[in-house]
Amino acid sequence: MISFTWLPEAGLAHNAKDIPLPADWNEVTGYIKITSDNIIKIINPNPEFGQNVMTSLPMMVAEELDVEWKKVVVEMGPHDSVKLGPQFTGGSNSMRMYWRPLREAGAAARNMLMQAAAQTWGVPIEEITTKAGMLYHEKTGKSGKYGEFASKAAGIAIPKGVKLKDVKNFKIVRSSQKNVESSKIVSGKPLFGLDYTHEGMLIAMIEHPPAFGMKLKTFDASQSLKMPGIKDVFSMKLYEDGFEQGGFDTRTFNDLLVVVGKTTWEVMQARKKLVVQWEPAGEIKEKIGGRGGAREVIVPGELETSSAQYAKMQEYANKPGQVVRKDGDPETAFKNAAQVIERTYNAPFLAHNCMEPINFFAHVTDEKALVAGPLQAPGWSEPTLAKLLNLPADKIEIQMTRMGGGFGRRAYGHYLYEAAVISKKVKAPIKLIYTREDDMTYGIYRPMYTATYRAALDANKNLIAFSVKGGGIPEHAIHANRFPAGAVDNYLAETWQIPSNITIGAFRAPRSNFNAAAEQSFLDELAEAMGKDPIDFRLELLKRAKEKPVGKNNEYDADRYAGVLKLLKEKSGWGKPENNKYHRGVAAYFCHNSYAGHVVDMVIRNGKPYVERVYSAMDCGIVINPDAATNMVEGAVIDGIGNAFYGKLSHKEGKAEQNNFNRYRVIRHSEVPKKIEVYFVQNDLDPTGLGEPPFPPVFGAVANALYKGTNKRYYNQPFLDPATQNNNTNTNKKTF
Amino acid sequence: MIKLNINKKPIEVDVDPETPLLWVLRDTIGLVGTKYGCGMAQCGACVVHLNGVAVRSCVTKVSRAVGQKVVTIEGLSENNDHPLQKAWMELDVPQCGYCQSGQIMSAAVLLNENKNPTDQDINNAMEGNICRCGTYLRIHNAIKLAAEIQRKDSK
Repeated sequence: MISFTWLPEAGLAHNAKDIPLPADWNEVTGYIKITSDNIIKIINPNPEFGQNVMTSLPMMVAEELDVEWKKVVVEMGPHDSVKLGPQFTGGSNSMRMYWRPLREAGAAARNMLMQAAAQTWGVPIEEITTKAGMLYHEKTGKSGKYGEFASKAAGIAIPKGVKLKDVKNFKIVRSSQKNVESSKIVSGKPLFGLDYTHEGMLIAMIEHPPAFGMKLKTFDASQSLKMPGIKDVFSMKLYEDGFEQGGFDTRTFNDLLVVVGKTTWEVMQARKKLVVQWEPAGEIKEKIGGRGGAREVIVPGELETSSAQYAKMQEYANKPGQVVRKDGDPETAFKNAAQVIERTYNAPFLAHNCMEPINFFAHVTDEKALVAGPLQAPGWSEPTLAKLLNLPADKIEIQMTRMGGGFGRRAYGHYLYEAAVISKKVKAPIKLIYTREDDMTYGIYRPMYTATYRAALDANKNLIAFSVKGGGIPEHAIHANRFPAGAVDNYLAETWQIPSNITIGAFRAPRSNFNAAAEQSFLDELAEAMGKDPIDFRLELLKRAKEKPVGKNNEYDADRYAGVLKLLKEKSGWGKPENNKYHRGVAAYFCHNSYAGHVVDMVIRNGKPYVERVYSAMDCGIVINPDAATNMVEGAVIDGIGNAFYGKLSHKEGKAEQNNFNRYRVIRHSEVPKKIEVYFVQNDLDPTGLGEPPFPPVFGAVANALYKGTNKRYYNQPFLDPATQNNNTNTNKKTF
Repeated sequence: MIKLNINKKPIEVDVDPETPLLWVLRDTIGLVGTKYGCGMAQCGACVVHLNGVAVRSCVTKVSRAVGQKVVTIEGLSENNDHPLQKAWMELDVPQCGYCQSGQIMSAAVLLNENKNPTDQDINNAMEGNICRCGTYLRIHNAIKLAAEIQRKDSK
């Protein structure tokens, strides 16, 4: 008998690092290791930032391997693109990207164990069956545990094309399995980058310029160097002149003024004693690599202020943009319209504000490098790291810790490179830590966006033309081929962009997180002008897009989009009088290959809006781990309400006006809905993403509920920020 | 040397008495369950108990902890079996998990003082703890479940 006494809490799959384990691992495939004692370890390839991949991805392996989930141990893999695939957390891609490879790995390993048993027992493999980690040969009555054959199986070539299970026969996948790391989380075990430690490790921090568009002029560190625990203060460049950056490296400030010391607090204190002079950086040229070769980017030098940024966006919004899609003859249709409705929507920069501030560990020597910390895309960072350190990729070990939030922020490798070049310079293992203020004022924000929507109605209030012109600083948000493109005969999409030195990056559902707010608010207002129910109006458009689609390259599946709206209508009791006590807003959106919609039920108490209840409907194909998926949708709803109400990062002469949670308002405990009901469209389609899709339509549903509650349309985010709502330069409402 | 009592164990540390308790716990003693989130008592990630009272360790000088009983998430229970820890795992509360030890430590003080907290009591006690993943609803429900477990256990 094999005893499982080392599993302290029977009934849970486990994180392998929780428990002492024997070391005789037989690597059956890169994802699967089995000891002779029949301990089955599954390696999770993708970095974990709260989307629960540590549990959900290994579930897919376990399903095909045919093992008892509760006896599986799970371990986070290191960066190893040969054995573990693309290893990228982002774009709601984890499930979609690993759906086949992980099932294939499980099925292949099971086949290898069967081959090993067949050889040992001298029977044909066709007569071998498996059940819950056991191999059987019925005719001879032979049986054995996987572990007994693991060593032999490990020597067999990994077969290709092994038949996968029918999704209808899944036992582990599609059932709720608990988070394998929760016992560590609730007991405060070291999991995160900030918790990482190493013998002889020093702490490093970077003093960055106080404003975008500034750079280091001179500094005097004499007082800092006298402070206890301080080892060194120096300045260095991250990238040398002419260095070709990777597409996702991103830099905001290239001069690193570095303080290195023994402990975090000592380094923080020494930073206060630095005497630094900053100066305008002026225009900067950056060389950025990527598909199609390197391109030169000119970063402007201006010290930007939010009110001027909004005014500039208004100016661009009134000029013709670049046409990115045109169907029919929108100009004529607008000219001949009986009524034209035009609305402009605005949104500010948003900071990710991951609860775990940016940090990374690095130990770089002349021969090799070990780096470890919170990172979404190790494969994107490795080439730049190799170039910066002048080391071959096989001398670089990248370990991914659990991330205290990501939201897109940790796809940009600059902080990992900063840690590495600092370690190389000081010849010691160091952990680079950003304070909350460093983190919030560094940039890589969600861009500032504007979009102007126009709709033309004929005398019978039929929609005859639709246009959108969208821009932003420094990027626009327009998806030209998304709904309602394809559903309107005459359609126009235009874009424009304004360069800036304020750095931006992916923020949970990039671009969509603004589009869904603007477009879904506009459709609500349009339905009202046409005298139609907002859900029925969308369904009519989707019917048109399905039956007689306009134009080419429409990105969405009209049936699945409509399916989500229909499910939402049913589950929310849409139109039922008992719900009249709430101000109801609805919105739905397609992004990252999935469909999402929400009905938001709002009340106004003491003049303040509260979202009391939310109904959510999702179509993301097969749901791998239902309760975890529900948790993620609930989180997206709450994150969406918070950002729609409060999210804002503004600037004055290049300086971020919010640098900590006392000025950057986030949603808090008492402000969340009392109930969020999440429903999934049931189908057998291959899974698509869920981290991002439910987030964008929350903004639209909240805006539409606010209108019902206050009789006022909200065009500018954040909706509950008085400064934004009173700003006349960014309100533009025309009906003619 | 500063004498402290942390999770029922005496310990002496050689640090500047002005150092926040947070950094003594994390950097000097190696108890990293207490998290750094803001450094200015805004987010609650660093909540620990000082003689049973919830304090923000990021703004609490280590000198203030002398002669007091400090409890961190690592010392909340012997076997990860505090009613809150059980409820958190039962309802699978965490997403990224970073804020959760602070959330649990805030909730633990509430449950010590109030065996049957109302929604409003929970809101009041938890308003200072930020969760960027938006697990507040599950946190709320887990506190109620923990209160139930606690009431059953004490019978």
